[in-house]
Amino acid sequence: MDLAVSPTALDIEGLAPRSVSLWQVAARRLFRRKSAILGMVLLGILFLVALTAQWIAPYSPTLSMLDVNPPQGLSKRSPPCIHALGCPADQPEHIVGTDGNIRDEFSRLLYGSRLSLLVGFSTVTFAIIIGTVLGALGGYFGGWIDNLIMRVMDVLLAFPSLLLAIAIVTVLGPGLINALLAIGIVSIPAYARVMRASVLTLREMDYVSATRALGGSNLQILFQRILPNALTPLIVQGTLGIATAILDAAALSFLGLGAQPPTPEWGAMLGAERNQVFTAPHLVFFPGFAIMITVLSFNLIGDGLRDALDPRLAHVS
Amino acid sequence: MGSTMTTYIIRRILLSLPVLFGVLFATFALGRLIPGDPCRAILGEKATDAVCDAFIIRHGLDKPIPTQFRIYVGEVLQGDFGRSFRFSKPVTALMVERLPITIELSFCALFIAILVGVPLGVISAVRHNSWLDVFTMLWANTGISMPVFWLGLMLAYVFALALKGTPFALPASGRLTAGLLTTPFWEVWGMQLSKGSFLYAISDFVGRLNMLNAVLSGNWPVLADAVKHLILPAVALSTIPMALIARMTRSAMLEVLGQDYIRTARAKGLRRTVVIMKHAFRNALLPLVTVIGLSLGGLLGGAVLTETVFNLSGVGRILYEAITARDYGIVQGFTVVIAIFFVILNLIVDVSYAYLDPRIQLD
Repeated sequence: MDLAVSPTALDIEGLAPRSVSLWQVAARRLFRRKSAILGMVLLGILFLVALTAQWIAPYSPTLSMLDVNPPQGLSKRSPPCIHALGCPADQPEHIVGTDGNIRDEFSRLLYGSRLSLLVGFSTVTFAIIIGTVLGALGGYFGGWIDNLIMRVMDVLLAFPSLLLAIAIVTVLGPGLINALLAIGIVSIPAYARVMRASVLTLREMDYVSATRALGGSNLQILFQRILPNALTPLIVQGTLGIATAILDAAALSFLGLGAQPPTPEWGAMLGAERNQVFTAPHLVFFPGFAIMITVLSFNLIGDGLRDALDPRLAHVS
Repeated sequence: MGSTMTTYIIRRILLSLPVLFGVLFATFALGRLIPGDPCRAILGEKATDAVCDAFIIRHGLDKPIPTQFRIYVGEVLQGDFGRSFRFSKPVTALMVERLPITIELSFCALFIAILVGVPLGVISAVRHNSWLDVFTMLWANTGISMPVFWLGLMLAYVFALALKGTPFALPASGRLTAGLLTTPFWEVWGMQLSKGSFLYAISDFVGRLNMLNAVLSGNWPVLADAVKHLILPAVALSTIPMALIARMTRSAMLEVLGQDYIRTARAKGLRRTVVIMKHAFRNALLPLVTVIGLSLGGLLGGAVLTETVFNLSGVGRILYEAITARDYGIVQGFTVVIAIFFVILNLIVDVSYAYLDPRIQLD
């Protein structure tokens, strides 16, 4: 959609305001919020780490230090050792120590960022596509289609989301892909509801009637006229949804239902070492901290986007 | 008002019937979609052919699917939620054992969340943009981003190990110190209850709520011990709802504080605290009911993780163990009960919402 302010004759004298689109206004407002900037910086760093993990990680995430040439005489779950901070130079450097299989925890953490971002984006994309189509169909056609779709969504919402995800994984069997599918299914209702609400208001708009009068098909009206205008609430919901999806996926992996060993997934890494929290707290602290930072960045950006895209705050231009 | 309210409640109950039906269908499907032989999936791998034949006939598994669904709904309506092969007990008996632990934990977590979250939200709204406000909102954002199992483990490390030997040390697993015995309150009161009666079922359930039972039977050392054991898990579980409540209270208060009648009240010369508490806070309560209702689902999910971390044998723990042991009877039974419970809770939240806000159109 183009909300551009049309240039007027005043332009010639240089008095008219420069034309600004909705997205430009939103971006400007977003960059005015410190918390949103913090979120974007954190997310930027995470993306950078995920993209460059293979070059910046000192070891392979699945390599046991016993297989390193020459073998390092390390014990399991050795505490962090940083030479610059006074760790004896004859010991091999492991910034956040090694795990129960004597693998470099730091390398595993770096590679874990890839999975976390992948989990967040893939589940939410899946849920948005299905939820949007269902919500749009229900809102646009109404009647029994709407009733059927929304009652199914109500049933999905009747279960606490994590428990429903657990039940779905039970049927499908544990594994990262099944966990992603479960979380995706569980998050569909939120998007279906948001989309349906937008479609219900938009389908009564004059420009929609105009398209219909011009002979536009239902599909054309739905996807070319209505959908682009219903995007804003979906974007906000989606950003916050990524945060929830990452948390839920980590929880499933923590319970052993998601990513399986030796995958360097933060939730699974934490879950595998949870009984060692008293002897090797670093193996619990760092993966959890990484999850928190990732989720926090999406939450901060989502909050910022919600305020930036809110038309009720349109006085700031 | 009275009759409209009754009509609304009845309408709302009727509207949740299709959802309940859908929930039953979903759990029925869950039981049928399990890969492999349903008999051995539910009774365990070691079930003999004879046992399996009996099982199949008893549950009508040889009948067409619609008939099977009718049988299943009939069983659930009679309070038969299936059996666990691992415990060789009906799921209902396990629920009476496990539900009190989860209820106690969730209730305490919600209590802490409200007790801390509401004042924090009110103060940040009143002192809008102060350092306290900024700090609270930063903390609230961090709070909703923390994995509850991580927070639980970190709390356990700090309070059970790092602070060991100090007065701040807290136990990080179980419900009571080993060796400490609790007597059900009705025995202390000298009540004679016949097993199987309704009163017995209720009393048995209440007696398993350690804290309530300790209060009812006046056993103060047990109460102190139970509270001590519950602090860490309850605090871990309370973080997310607390952050949500603080945020919601703050934004609701900010909206109300900008209204004309607040300025009028101040102009009349009323004290600041009176205006804030009596005029503003009461009207900001409404969104709070919604957010508490919305947190309940997350609370139950979080309880699964918290119980795993703190070795509490509640609903979450038994579900988790049932999944690993492929005890589908438990998974199916508990899922349907939790979902029904959840539908009823949502109903209560909706009705109380309508009750609290007379502006809401009931029809």
